[in-house]
Amino acid sequence: MSAEVFLDVQSVTKRFGGFAALNGVSLSVRRGERFGLIGPNGSGKTTLINCVSGTLRADGGRIVFGDQDITTLPAHRRTRLGIARSFQIPKPFMSMTVVDNLLIPLEYAAGGHGAAAMDEAMSILRLMGLDAKARVRSGALTQIEMRKLELARAMAARPKLLVSDEAMAGLSSNEVDDILAILFRLNETGITVIMIEHIMRAVMRFSERIAVLDAGEKIAEGGPDQILADKRVEKAYLGE
Amino acid sequence: MSGRAFAVAAVVVIAGGLLVAGLGLNQYYYFAAYVVLQYVVLATAWNILGGYTGYVNFGTPAFFALGAYTAVVLIKWLKAPLLAQLVAGAVVAGLLGLAIGYLTLRLRGVFFSIATLALTVVLQTMFVNWEYTGGARGISLARPATAPFYGSYVQFVFAVMVILAVLAVATAWCIERSWIGRGFAAIRDNEEAAECMGVPTLRLKLLATTVSGMLMGLAGAPFPFYITFVEPASVFDLNYAVNSLAMPMIGGTTTWVGPVIGAVLLGSAQQIATVTISSELNLLLVGVILVAFVILAPEGIVGLVRRLSRRDPA
Repeated sequence: MSAEVFLDVQSVTKRFGGFAALNGVSLSVRRGERFGLIGPNGSGKTTLINCVSGTLRADGGRIVFGDQDITTLPAHRRTRLGIARSFQIPKPFMSMTVVDNLLIPLEYAAGGHGAAAMDEAMSILRLMGLDAKARVRSGALTQIEMRKLELARAMAARPKLLVSDEAMAGLSSNEVDDILAILFRLNETGITVIMIEHIMRAVMRFSERIAVLDAGEKIAEGGPDQILADKRVEKAYLGE
Repeated sequence: MSGRAFAVAAVVVIAGGLLVAGLGLNQYYYFAAYVVLQYVVLATAWNILGGYTGYVNFGTPAFFALGAYTAVVLIKWLKAPLLAQLVAGAVVAGLLGLAIGYLTLRLRGVFFSIATLALTVVLQTMFVNWEYTGGARGISLARPATAPFYGSYVQFVFAVMVILAVLAVATAWCIERSWIGRGFAAIRDNEEAAECMGVPTLRLKLLATTVSGMLMGLAGAPFPFYITFVEPASVFDLNYAVNSLAMPMIGGTTTWVGPVIGAVLLGSAQQIATVTISSELNLLLVGVILVAFVILAPEGIVGLVRRLSRRDPA
């Protein structure tokens, strides 16, 4: 693993009215790393990811991706630079078929087109076990299939940094293993992965390093064992 | 429909239209058909923004009237020929679309719709108070003494409207088949996800408002020479807003053919009702049909046909 910082979040702050959802959060993810982001509900994980992906604009601080300051860049530009995310609550393009859902990022973010884009979309769907549903309207998928589609669509953007926002919630333990295997494989091809997850077994197994958020602040960062042993983390999750 | 089939159909429609224009039928038929074709343009234009990207525009009268008044100004000022009126009407209305898009598209959903409604009121007030174009009283315009190609000017503007209708539908067809059309659909389905998947949502929405506005202006530009009298109350008529929205809804909003079907059916029904029953009945007719469709066939005639054909054990 190289030590080069790939995504550098520098004391990012995000307020909603008087409520500080993120309060000066800093973390750096290295190139090729598998990074876990955990924390109790409402701790600011998704807000942080929204600031990184551009869905929200940070009120303070800086976000640097590669060697570029992306703090104020619109989301679609960040996606083209190589940041792709899945949504915690699936947001498929309902009126389109499953495969057309993948053509959007392939055409708009990855610069693919025509038959080659279609082939690539199909191979991603095969990888995710969704190929049988390629021609089905995505609005007709089950909740679990929609979660897989979220990840498949993010992969179709050919990301350098993939952010998986609770892609495994609601999945059976076999399916969790399948998704983990896919994420491991993606990571082996050089893609940096940030995983937000409540399934501890999965995050602990997957992540090389983990950051813990609580009430908009980072309370711990380190390897899985360190995090498990951390008293503040235990307190955040279980109380005194 | 393949590209070639569409091109052939377009050529056939234009050729047929030009031929019919030359037949010299009872002038009323050209008058009535012009209105129906005008609605094909308006409904198609509305659908590019409202159907493809999902932004409901209540401001059709504003764009239509701006096209018409641009023509009025050109006629009064320069005695410009119809072609110049068409180009200018489209450009000016397109610019209005771009400006409105820029000002309002950060608003989503219903707020955008309210803004477009306000636009109509603002623009109408402006023209009511502009003496040069006749103010509230309106303005009479003399057509050129002779019509090009045809025996009467009504036949000529009918032929022009045939071409404009095909042009509008071809524009929609091209958009629908391209990556732009897929981008529009992504915005309609989920704007946040579209943006995160690399779709430049603001730029595409501006494209949609501009193209949609251009086509609406194009529909309005021949109006002064068609009717020879323009007044704010008639070109800013609420009918344009309601019809251009109702027609795609009835035909189906996700494909180019929906607005065409809706405009031909509803437009013809209105023309027939005007003659046989009363001209006041029009809006009621539209209202009732629209309510029926929203409840019974929310995806319009196109959706209905698809649903039925899928059920067929073909």
